Amino acid sequence: MRILVCVKRVPAPGARIVLTDDQRAVDARHLPFTVSPHEECAVEEAVRLKERNEGSVVVLTLGPGEAEEQLRYAVSVGADEAVLLSTDGSDWDPQATAAAIAQRTTELEESGGGFDLILFGNESADSAGYQVGIRVAHALSRPVISGIKGLDIEGGTVVARRETGAGFEVYHLPLPAVVAVKEGINLPRYPTLPSRLRAKKVEVATTRPEQAMGGLQMLRLTTPPEVASSTTILGQGAGAAPAVVDLFEKLGLL
Amino acid sequence: MSEVLVFVEHESGVPLETSQQALTLAAMLGEVCVVTVGGCQVGGVARRLSIDHPLLSDYAPEAIGEALTQLIRSESPTALLAAGTERGNEVMSHVGALLAFPVATNVTEVRPSGESWELTRIRWGGSLFEEAVLTAPVKLATVAPHSFAAAPAAEAVDAEPFIPELPDTLGRTRVVERVTISQGITLTTAPVVVSGGRGVGSPEGFEILEELAGLLGGAVGCSRVVTNNGWRPHSDQVGQTGTRVAPNLYVACGISGAIQHWVGMMASKNVLAINNDPEAPMVTKADYAVIGDLHSVLGAIVAEVKRRKTPS
Repeated sequence: MRILVCVKRVPAPGARIVLTDDQRAVDARHLPFTVSPHEECAVEEAVRLKERNEGSVVVLTLGPGEAEEQLRYAVSVGADEAVLLSTDGSDWDPQATAAAIAQRTTELEESGGGFDLILFGNESADSAGYQVGIRVAHALSRPVISGIKGLDIEGGTVVARRETGAGFEVYHLPLPAVVAVKEGINLPRYPTLPSRLRAKKVEVATTRPEQAMGGLQMLRLTTPPEVASSTTILGQGAGAAPAVVDLFEKLGLL
Repeated sequence: MSEVLVFVEHESGVPLETSQQALTLAAMLGEVCVVTVGGCQVGGVARRLSIDHPLLSDYAPEAIGEALTQLIRSESPTALLAAGTERGNEVMSHVGALLAFPVATNVTEVRPSGESWELTRIRWGGSLFEEAVLTAPVKLATVAPHSFAAAPAAEAVDAEPFIPELPDTLGRTRVVERVTISQGITLTTAPVVVSGGRGVGSPEGFEILEELAGLLGGAVGCSRVVTNNGWRPHSDQVGQTGTRVAPNLYVACGISGAIQHWVGMMASKNVLAINNDPEAPMVTKADYAVIGDLHSVLGAIVAEVKRRKTPS
């Protein structure tokens, strides 16, 4: 089974976000970066599928040269090959991103064989467009489902589960297919020392794609206004219980 | 006046709150035409179209995307909106891919400017805003939940049927089975969410949260560190990569309040933080706070609730 996983380099969750002076990007100078959380799980899922069904995992990203760090991380947790679509690090809209990924995927399939499965994260942690995987699927004429938190391959079919409030929905997609997964589908493993060494040495196949014209142009980023604290302290320790239950009564919860 | 189509999601004919919020934005932008799959009690709009096709007997994102694309070609609206829900974002992405038009997800504001829209959309789950220009013959956008008040309920409008031509192959991404795990109160519908973070300390530490949630008819939630530690299932996780909740009361127990958690519960009407750190972001942002050890505070609250519930 040949699987492609597409990931994005984003500032680590929990990091304090500071904007650049021109407000067109997040100031990256002092930030740790990571693979976007849903996509970290996509990598893990691809590696587990490979371990169950044999095959290989190719990890791909579109981003600045520094995104090699995220590709090598994916290799250190089990991906076999790394592919970088190198940009100047500026913001690519979903249409431009999907067009470049679809074109590179076609090239990779011509040279190395078709992908049975292409995995994406449901949405990136930063821009959250929710659409790159779906656009790539349409460009490649393949079925696609997103929001997936359970995945199995049964013969030529992907059995995919999506959580609803009260349980889950099941989808059956014929392979080859595209699936966008969510955090919680698995708990990603940590790299081992030998796998880190292997990842250091892996060759990253790098190309520089043309940026297609997209129709969503970012002007600037802004931070929401800080709201002044107006917390009502109901008390300290167990002695606060009557005041808390008074609040429950006021809100009509009892 | 130009027509704005709104894809309205509903449950057994009752429109979702998030779809009603999308209608509020739509009414600012043009004459509203609601589009539904199946019957839906929605009113206060100029027109309603009901997409009717055997393939759409259950949720089928590719087929709905194709049907909406055909509807756009036949009606030539200025825009198609949907709620920024899992399904809304998914269906709209299909429409964008089929038409090769851009899609702006989770917008909070739209300022029409000539042939384009200037808009604001959320990034980082709501901790940053992006101002952008959307240029397309038909504007496709989803509306960030809880950014607009819901359109008031009104007498339902009769629907005109719309019959799309859908190839059978699009049934390949239709729901084939539904499995119900929990019945009754869920995180998204609970009036109270009692949520725990690192400070709860262990899986067993959640028992007192379960007890309080049970007494209040609520549900238990948790932060990302809790699911990463394997203390609770991921389905309980509230936050940017988990579930978004908007209960009447959110009780945050031992949760420091990182922005990724905050964006998952900031739509709550009231927030009560219980934390031993008075400087924790969750405490300073909450409406109400109790400073102290969460286990002793929760134990006392549970005892007090039981005392008041017992008829004297």
